[in-house]
Amino acid sequence: MKHTISVLVENHAGVLARVAGLFARRGFNIDSLAVGVTDDVNVSRITIVADGSDYTLEQIEKQLNKLIDVIKVKTLAPENMVSRELILIKVSCSPKQRPEIISICELARGKISDISANSITIEISDSANALNNFEELLRPYGIKEIVRTGTIAIQKGEAAVSVRN
Amino acid sequence: MTVAKAMTECLKAEGITDIFGYPGAAICPFYDELNNTDINHILVRHEVNAGHAASGYARLTGKPAVCVATSGPGALNLITAIATAYMDSVPMVIITGQVNSDQIGRDVFQEADITGSAEPFVKHSYLLKRPEDTAEVFKKAFYIAGTGRRGPVLIDVPCDVQKAEIDFEYPETVDIRSYRPSSKGNGHQIKRAVSTMLEAKKPLIVAGGGLFSGNAAELMRKLSEKLDIPVISTLMGLGAMPTNSERYFGMLGMHGCESAKCAVNNCDTLILLGARLSDRTTAPILLKKELTVIHIDIDPAEIGKSVAANIPIVGDISLVLGQLLEQLDGVSESDFQKHDEWKKMLSDSRTDKGIKQVEKGFVNPKWFIRELNNYLPERSIVVADVGENQFWTALNIELKNGRFLTSGGMGTMGYSLPAAIGAKTAEPNAEVIAVCGDGSFQMELCELATCVQHDIAVKVIVMRNRYLGMVREFQTNHYGNRLCAVSLDGSPSYTKIAEAYGIENMLVDSEEAAKEGIKRLTEAKKPFLLEVAVPELLETIL
Repeated sequence: MKHTISVLVENHAGVLARVAGLFARRGFNIDSLAVGVTDDVNVSRITIVADGSDYTLEQIEKQLNKLIDVIKVKTLAPENMVSRELILIKVSCSPKQRPEIISICELARGKISDISANSITIEISDSANALNNFEELLRPYGIKEIVRTGTIAIQKGEAAVSVRN
Repeated sequence: MTVAKAMTECLKAEGITDIFGYPGAAICPFYDELNNTDINHILVRHEVNAGHAASGYARLTGKPAVCVATSGPGALNLITAIATAYMDSVPMVIITGQVNSDQIGRDVFQEADITGSAEPFVKHSYLLKRPEDTAEVFKKAFYIAGTGRRGPVLIDVPCDVQKAEIDFEYPETVDIRSYRPSSKGNGHQIKRAVSTMLEAKKPLIVAGGGLFSGNAAELMRKLSEKLDIPVISTLMGLGAMPTNSERYFGMLGMHGCESAKCAVNNCDTLILLGARLSDRTTAPILLKKELTVIHIDIDPAEIGKSVAANIPIVGDISLVLGQLLEQLDGVSESDFQKHDEWKKMLSDSRTDKGIKQVEKGFVNPKWFIRELNNYLPERSIVVADVGENQFWTALNIELKNGRFLTSGGMGTMGYSLPAAIGAKTAEPNAEVIAVCGDGSFQMELCELATCVQHDIAVKVIVMRNRYLGMVREFQTNHYGNRLCAVSLDGSPSYTKIAEAYGIENMLVDSEEAAKEGIKRLTEAKKPFLLEVAVPELLETIL
């Protein structure tokens, strides 16, 4: 089962290595990982999507909490979060195919970010699943390159994963 | 002052009087300042043993002990000792020299990424890049190592940083927002635990190593006495309960005893005190589904990891046991059942195969350890190495108020002598005995020089059987007796080795000689080595 875990850490050198190393040596699988600073420059947020049983998730949370630089660990409930990933996708595209691809892009609420004689690059931010579907729609045209960020996620409503609470 | 000087000031402020180490170029500024202090530096003969010595020292004082090495190979040699301490939750601060800051990452002479290499085995680590952080980093390192679940913390200090000038003031307090070790146990769970213990028909306490880290062995004994609860021990918890108590039923584990196994298999309430229940501990048992497990540990990650807990209590073991005893204050003997029948069942499950006669020219190690018991003062410290010698000792040593130290989690050969050196340094008046096999002794024998140089009167018992006995036994039992690479042919005379170091020694190959040897060993005021001729092909469980 997939779990989305929001981890607040001290914004020090080496913290990401500690977190990633912990996953590797304890045999926890990371599906995706995204890191960025928070509104407090001393605090970074690592969003991890991990695969595993409830037992594994409990161990991940507990072991993460043992790292001195980890301030807070929160697993987000799937029904109660907004999760997003950004994809940049470069597709082969002859001038004749442009209208077709552009209309797919519009349907998926994507944006054309670059265009050349025989290619087109689209950017979309959405849930990982929606992006997978979009990728399949474009596959017949010939995908040249895909760049995806890891998933980031936030709780719905007023609740916040923050160092202040 | 220089950072090097500040480092020694930090150690003084932490009350450090003895450190174990091995110098090298990258840590020389620190060593240069050490000259100007009263800190007793014990020069080991291999860096790994600086770590093990600090471990032995820390396990007796209960406070973080310090070991030091230089950059690159010096630091890397410490890793096994760091991992050994981490597995057994021993508080330690490790100081390593590092190449100059501007050279880091360029593969210069004696450069190794020690904070990276040691990461899986440390509670935390620091690469001290900014000279002005020195005091804060040291304060935090000692605080982290010595609180919560104890463990090793590493401070890597580049050579140029050691030479930098700073204003120095040691902070009095420390606050780390992301590190708040739990203290008291949850009141609700304490109440549940108390009522469960009062109702239990067959309760059982498992005493773990946490009772020593948390200085709570005495409180555990009180709890056992108050509610008449039988106690068994893990390898790390040996000695928390006096081995001669009528409520003590031995050590649990793969190499443990029948009565402890019987106790776990038949109890209805299992009270785990500072025990993580490793795979080796739980190997011989099957936990029943209807069992109620009360798990008290300072590390939440240990609760539910190996055994599902019905009543989890996270907290400092001495505080939690204090809370439990407080709740039990008004409880009298009429409020609960005495456990005579349960204890009788456990007593009946005690097995002792007695002492087997061994061939002429050899000594039975089980007999030997039991004989040794007659000569050891009550507060002796026995450090067992790893292998058959470890369990011959663990299963037969009597501990009333003494200590038993060994490398439990990591099973690191070559632990006993350096750890005994550390223990003896911490408690110079105690009798400190290192028991090892001829395999493990050959990994640590260089430390005899440390004993001589620093006048550390550790007594060494080498159980010599010319085999890596435990692996040999494993190959016999699980690989059709096809022995491979377990013979120690070519080994030297250990008494002659001792002699070369100027250490008094004796070789014993009969019970009569062994009695004389034990007498000489325990009466010696200086280091002593006793080589005991043990039959080649003995089992671990005798």
